[in-house]
Amino acid sequence: MTVIPLTHILILSSLLFIIGFVGVVVRRNTLFMLMSLEVMLNAVGIAFIGAGSVWQEADGQIMFMLILTLAAAEVAVGLALLIRMQRRYRTLDIDVLNQMKG
Amino acid sequence: MSLLASLPLYPLISFLVLITFGKRLNWAIASWLSVGSMAAAALCSLFLANQLSLHESSVITAHLWQWFSIGSAEVNISFYLDALSAVMILVVTGVGFLIHLFAAIYMKDDENFSRFMAYMNLFIVAMLVLVLADNLVLLYLGWEGVGLCSFLLIGFWYQERNNVLAARKAFIVTRIGDTAMAVGLFLLFKSLASLNIAEINQLAQTTASFTASSINAKNSEAYWAALLLLGGAVGKSAQLPLQTWLPDAMAGPTPVSALIHAATMVTAGVYLIARMNGVFLMTPEVMNYVAWLGGITLLTAGLAALAQNDIKRVLAYSTMSQIGYMMLALGAGAWSAGVFHLMTHAFFKALLFLTAGTVILALHHQQDLYKMGGLLKKLPVEATLFLIGLACLIALPGTSGFFSKEAIIASLWSSPTAGPSLWWCAILGALLTSIYSCRLFFLAFLGKQRFPKTRVISEHLETSKLLRGALFVLALLSIFGGLVTIDLSSLFLTYQPGIINRSNNPSWLHLVAIVTPFAGILFSWFYYKRYRILGYKPLRASQNPWVVFCRHGLGFDTLYATFLIKPYCFIAKLNRKDLFDQTLMLLAWYIGIWRDILSASQNGHLRWFAAAFGLSMVGLIFMVIL
Repeated sequence: MTVIPLTHILILSSLLFIIGFVGVVVRRNTLFMLMSLEVMLNAVGIAFIGAGSVWQEADGQIMFMLILTLAAAEVAVGLALLIRMQRRYRTLDIDVLNQMKG
Repeated sequence: MSLLASLPLYPLISFLVLITFGKRLNWAIASWLSVGSMAAAALCSLFLANQLSLHESSVITAHLWQWFSIGSAEVNISFYLDALSAVMILVVTGVGFLIHLFAAIYMKDDENFSRFMAYMNLFIVAMLVLVLADNLVLLYLGWEGVGLCSFLLIGFWYQERNNVLAARKAFIVTRIGDTAMAVGLFLLFKSLASLNIAEINQLAQTTASFTASSINAKNSEAYWAALLLLGGAVGKSAQLPLQTWLPDAMAGPTPVSALIHAATMVTAGVYLIARMNGVFLMTPEVMNYVAWLGGITLLTAGLAALAQNDIKRVLAYSTMSQIGYMMLALGAGAWSAGVFHLMTHAFFKALLFLTAGTVILALHHQQDLYKMGGLLKKLPVEATLFLIGLACLIALPGTSGFFSKEAIIASLWSSPTAGPSLWWCAILGALLTSIYSCRLFFLAFLGKQRFPKTRVISEHLETSKLLRGALFVLALLSIFGGLVTIDLSSLFLTYQPGIINRSNNPSWLHLVAIVTPFAGILFSWFYYKRYRILGYKPLRASQNPWVVFCRHGLGFDTLYATFLIKPYCFIAKLNRKDLFDQTLMLLAWYIGIWRDILSASQNGHLRWFAAAFGLSMVGLIFMVIL
């Protein structure tokens, strides 16, 4: 079993994170923003798992479990909000929700 | 507490009560309080003056507390009463009491009566502090205090724009003089290391560095100190070139004109110079300037008084010219005569102003001389009182004005710092005085009645005995005030022995001085015939350009407006965006930019917030790592 070096794992993880981040910032559809958020969470998860396997520790996997639970809860709330938004504004464009001006 | 220390306290208490309760006090209480406090102060100063003449050292002092100290020099709140300040407090409280009494009735119907009386009382407090101060700083406090009260009282009827402008002008113009005086105080302190008046007068004689060598007299500290003090005196006493505020100050109520702008405050400059005689004696050049200043002022003011239409403005210019006489006396080294004239002038000018006030009130606030006439029959008592005042002003033999003015004129010819040319100035001034006085009397009291016949003379004045009472006392003082010989010569220092009397007085001097007023009267009897004869053709103010020029105070106002005020305003306008301003505004601009950026970032877009959040996290991490 070949050992994947930590650098590769971290590069993959940060690439995914950046893709997710760019997605959150660039996409206007709220559904896609939520999906991009999931990508970011999974990027972090990969970093944890990779680090755990390198140091042969279980902590990384435990952290990923927590992240998974968090993602599930977040998606549940996020989707519920999406439905409310669709009902109220008839659109999922996030820029409609701009009442919080300074 | 000694009697001397309590002297300014009476009006001060009255002022505090009046200003605290204001309109809640009715007329009776307010006037009893203010006039009563003045009566107490007047009695008190009479007693003090009496005590002073018994006192051996002929000085009474009252030390209250130390105000502050600079190095080893102490500045105390303490009062110093010698014969000079005794004369001043007698005039301030005595004439002040009579004017308060008059004002209480004159201003009865004004809705801000208690405010008026409060300011008048405050004025007396400041004036007493001024004349009693034993050091120059306390004197300066009183000096500024009277300036403030003058400002407040000229602008008493502040609803009218002109009054406010006049008040502002008086304040600013006198402030120019006051600044000079403040610099003079600093200079005196720098060179003599003391601010105590008696000490300064002593030190000025003995400190060698102060008087400097006779070769370079114009650069000595004494020269500059005396000149700067003179600047203060010129501003306060309305002498050339800072005289323009006084005629405008007549916008105030008449008792104010009588108290502040005739009897007391404007003579503060004379008092200052007499007080600092030790410094002035060290610099004969400045004494000479003082004399010339007085001489020129008395002539220009006399000319201006000849052309005025407003009864109060005639009196204002006449005040200016009489103070010119006092300055002339001081400049000639006749300190005693100057202060004597100050006293008699306070009596008769207060009388003239108050009588003029009665006339103005009787005619329902008509001040134009060309709309009076024939008042001798309508107001015989006032006319007589006015005549008495004018007789003193002209210096007819026997009146108080005669004694004081003759004393001044007699001292001029042989004085080392005055001389024959200034003597002629004074004689010419006396001639002018008698001519404008006659013109004033003829226009107001003789001739045809030029106000509408239907206009009745208001009645409540006729009935008021107190009003007349105050005037009668002043008239008595004006006539007999000259018999009180005050000898102040022991107080003042005399010239250094180096200067010798120039010449003996020719024998005809006194004769000329006595005859001059009569010549003036004779001249005006014929020249102003049309003013006094009934049924002459209707009178109108002359429009001759020279007369108009004189009427506007010989163009000083225009001169200052064109050469000082306009360029100043122009520069101020140009300089609105100056460098310092710009530097300060740069800061404001920088903050404004950031304000704009930050408020633009609060645009409510979620994606924007997310981006900002993420990027700043990256930034933070980079900062931590690096």
